[in-house]
Amino acid sequence: MSKRIVIVGGGLAGTIVANGVCRQLGNELRSGGVSVTMLGTSETHMYQPGLLYVPFGKIREAELFRDQRRVLDRRVNFMIDPAKKIDVDANQVETASGRIIGYDYLVLATGSRIMPQNIPGMTEAGHWFYDLDGARKLREALDNFTGGEVVVNVNAPHKCPVAPLEITFMLYEYFKAKGIGDKCKITYTYPIGRLHALEPVAHWAGPEFERYGIKSETFFNTESVDPAKKTIKSMEGVELPFDLLITIPPHAGAEVITDSDLGKGGWVPTNTRTLQREGSTNVFVCGDTTNIPISKAGSTAHFEADVLIDNLVSLVQEGRPAREYDGKVFCFVETGMNSGTYVWFNYTTPPNPGPPSQMIHWFKLAYNRLYWLSARGLL
Amino acid sequence: MSERQKIDARGAFCPGPLMELIAALKLAQVGEEIEVLSSDKGSAADIPAWVAKVGHVHVGTTEQDGCWTIIVRKAK
Ligand SMILES: Cc1cc2nc3c(=O)[nH]c(=O)nc-3n(C[C@H](O)[C@H](O)[C@H](O)COP(=O)(O)OP(=O)(O)OC[C@H]3O[C@@H](n4cnc5c(N)ncnc54)[C@H](O)[C@@H]3O)c2cc1C
Repeated sequence: MSKRIVIVGGGLAGTIVANGVCRQLGNELRSGGVSVTMLGTSETHMYQPGLLYVPFGKIREAELFRDQRRVLDRRVNFMIDPAKKIDVDANQVETASGRIIGYDYLVLATGSRIMPQNIPGMTEAGHWFYDLDGARKLREALDNFTGGEVVVNVNAPHKCPVAPLEITFMLYEYFKAKGIGDKCKITYTYPIGRLHALEPVAHWAGPEFERYGIKSETFFNTESVDPAKKTIKSMEGVELPFDLLITIPPHAGAEVITDSDLGKGGWVPTNTRTLQREGSTNVFVCGDTTNIPISKAGSTAHFEADVLIDNLVSLVQEGRPAREYDGKVFCFVETGMNSGTYVWFNYTTPPNPGPPSQMIHWFKLAYNRLYWLSARGLL
Repeated sequence: MSERQKIDARGAFCPGPLMELIAALKLAQVGEEIEVLSSDKGSAADIPAWVAKVGHVHVGTTEQDGCWTIIVRKAK
């Protein structure tokens, strides 16, 4: 009987899995022994890391998007019909349009989303760049900004651990280039007791902040924002004034995950090595939506997806999984408009970034283009 | 009382045990307890300090073979 692989979510993780599985199961797809179905929300696929450049007008919006059908292998049955309810006992997914789709193997890849509404006053007074609408509004705010207190406010949990530091350095250079550097005071706030979750990155960022005169407030977990007074207050009892507030809002997983009772906050309890949903043998979880305590990043999604591809192929062909995920994460870090560094780690190897260089910055810019090859499974 | 939530953050370099705890507390009910497993000594000191600062309860910490178990109760 045909094995039905169903993937919920057509972002980075879902797309890599779908393409990789198709590439390796050519014979089975041809003979009808396997089908691959993807449920997505939109005709377009957005390159999220590109959002970082939108507020500075450094990327054309069109560059962020590709037609999802063209990014996907043609053999994927792609439906723009979001999952509404996932029933892991009955092995089926109900979609927004009312379809019931049964599966033999399910991949949950519904990602994460920003929740500024979870902080009182934040949607009224805050700016962000983690979605396109927010990034456009921030671009406008920056265009009109003539100087004052700038707060870059980071909340837990959030995806892409390096974007908050990157935007801070980029803001500094942007203000300087605009000729208002001396009129802008940047304060960066972070939930834990250092500037970045990764210790070596935090150690590196400290002196850089000092060099640029960027202030910081650590152990800062936002309680509320007062849009009238233009202040932001932390649970730890610190209040900061701002003229421009740029927040990395706290995140949640997709609504369908909570609606289907698959995980508090939309985070699916997931085995850290097999990537199976806890309690299921035929449900796999990939990318931001896992509850695995590692970075929610594109590279995490990519390395997890590679493991899932091998395991799904092996399950179909041989009835057993192939390998385990070792927790690998790799991140480029933009350290300004013209330099960058990178860092990698896994469950057993601590991170150790090299010195920033212009070459790595160019490599990251190149990677911005290579993303599409990687989503298509060619990298 | 509801079942105690467990976060196994051993070998988790980023975002790390405290950030995981902060995120979990946001989703927990008042009175609920969370148990964090950490292989990072710094977090074993940071977590109780932070918990006291924001007004939650540090129920206790134990250490065995380089692994710390830190129990926290959401108080507000
Ligand atoms: C500003 C910014 C900068 C970033 N920079 C970097 C970087 O430099 N390096 C890096 O590694 N990572 C970066 N990231 C993070 C990276 O983009 C994400 O971690 C990655 O996209 C996660 O992949 P995913 O497939 O889990 O989630 P996503 O790519 O977000 O995909 C999830 C998909 O699921 C869909 N979905 C949700 N609900 C449903 C439903 N009910 N039914 C069907 N589909 C559904 C969503 O519409 C979405 O298309 C950045 C992110 C942002 C926002």
